[in-house]
Amino acid sequence: MRDVAIIGVGANPKWGELWGQSLRDIFVEAALAAIDDAGVDHVDGMYVGCMSSGLFAGQEHIGSLLADYLGQRHLPATRVESACASGGAAVKMAALEVASGHSDIVLAGGVEKMTDVGGGDATYALGTAADAEYECYHGATFPGLYAMIARAHMDRYGTTPEMLAQVAVKNHDNGALNAMAQYPFHIRAKQVLDSIMVADPLHILDCSPITDGAAAAILCPLETAKKLSKKLPIKIAGFGHATDTIQLAQREDMTWLGATAKAAEQAFEMAGVAPKDVDLFEVHDCFTIAELVVIESLGLVGKGEAGKATLEGRTARDGDLPVNTSGGLKSKGHPVGATGVAQVMEVVKQLRGEAGERQVKDAKRGLTQNMGGSGGSAVVHILEVA
Amino acid sequence: MPSARYTREIPQRYRLEAGKCSSCGKVYYPPRRVCPCGGRDFETVTLSDTGKVVTYTIIRVGPSDFADEVPYGLGIVEVDGGVRLMAQLVDVPLEEIKAGMPVRLEFRKIYQEGEAGIICYGHKAVPA
Repeated sequence: MRDVAIIGVGANPKWGELWGQSLRDIFVEAALAAIDDAGVDHVDGMYVGCMSSGLFAGQEHIGSLLADYLGQRHLPATRVESACASGGAAVKMAALEVASGHSDIVLAGGVEKMTDVGGGDATYALGTAADAEYECYHGATFPGLYAMIARAHMDRYGTTPEMLAQVAVKNHDNGALNAMAQYPFHIRAKQVLDSIMVADPLHILDCSPITDGAAAAILCPLETAKKLSKKLPIKIAGFGHATDTIQLAQREDMTWLGATAKAAEQAFEMAGVAPKDVDLFEVHDCFTIAELVVIESLGLVGKGEAGKATLEGRTARDGDLPVNTSGGLKSKGHPVGATGVAQVMEVVKQLRGEAGERQVKDAKRGLTQNMGGSGGSAVVHILEVA
Repeated sequence: MPSARYTREIPQRYRLEAGKCSSCGKVYYPPRRVCPCGGRDFETVTLSDTGKVVTYTIIRVGPSDFADEVPYGLGIVEVDGGVRLMAQLVDVPLEEIKAGMPVRLEFRKIYQEGEAGIICYGHKAVPA
């Protein structure tokens, strides 16, 4: 297997409610940005992460649609679906295609056009990432599932609403410095705690928003990266991918993300590094509680310690474990299929030293963690300066 | 929901039928065809209708089928014997719902599909 590098990244310039743009518009914008960033004139293959273009936009078969509108006639293009981990899974598939020697330049993209439907239909579409027959049937929602994880974490470890709120405050502090963010402004803990309750103990400001957005990355063999592109090659040093029970009820420990832990174990082993060797982390904060259980499951802090670590500022941009320097899903937005690719984009920008005011000093290695459903899928990538 | 999709879940939803792996003895709800232990033979068993709340939430913004029900309690119930399942928590003031609370599963209407759709039944948890 060949080593793989990322030589280009891009996204549509502003995530949010993009009523004037279609699914194909935002994807092509992101893909062209990545192609131009890399400076390549063609791609040999394409994987597109997308959770539910069918329910959100009434459109399936988007491999064909998006390759066509990208001007790449006859390109082999495949949609990849793992709920909210679709983007991360697309990056992994693209990496495998390059590593195998089958293709030299592969585009890994992600897209979700979520605001062509109203709130009720969007809630329904997102709900299909849970067990339709045994969770949604009883009235479960995604905030509800994560609220049950939060309640279990609070009961077991003494995690508080203030600790959850601090995740949102910290991620908005980072997102305020990110031009593409849907909500690029600071918020205060009191605003989070005073915002309406969606599913106790989660308030609306504990939740990531509904977002239209797309992101893309260009992958190639590490050995030819410098010939193909002027950009500093970023090596995919390791990846991991795992699943867990789709039903939250069937997890032995509801405060632990088994798929994330397994994927991280694989990625760390492949890269030959440990959490202490990583300079920044982009993780799946679809809800504030998610960031806490993720950083515990990744092994960045001990079980039950994430809330305290967050309040102490350890996960802030200038802390010893910078988490979600992009603003995370919370502030940057969460177009579900695009999120995993956008996480990779943030880490690439940080490792290149292109993150502007968000720049983590001397960042040489970063990790992304993207998950689907209530944790039933997880993809982890470890990227480093080649 | 097409009626076939509804009808085939009736043994699990109405009678709480679960599958017990003949190799390792683990019980699955809903039943499945393969156990992670490798076993493929299952015996049909009926879950106990009593247990306790493991974790819960109060849904205040609900899916459209449940829009008229909010706010409602929703939790994971561990029935006697150890199997866990999701169920609404009803007939209890919302502020009194707690982890560890003893409950009993009662056969109830879950929701109704519009004016002419199927009336969907299953179990809800009530204080025991």
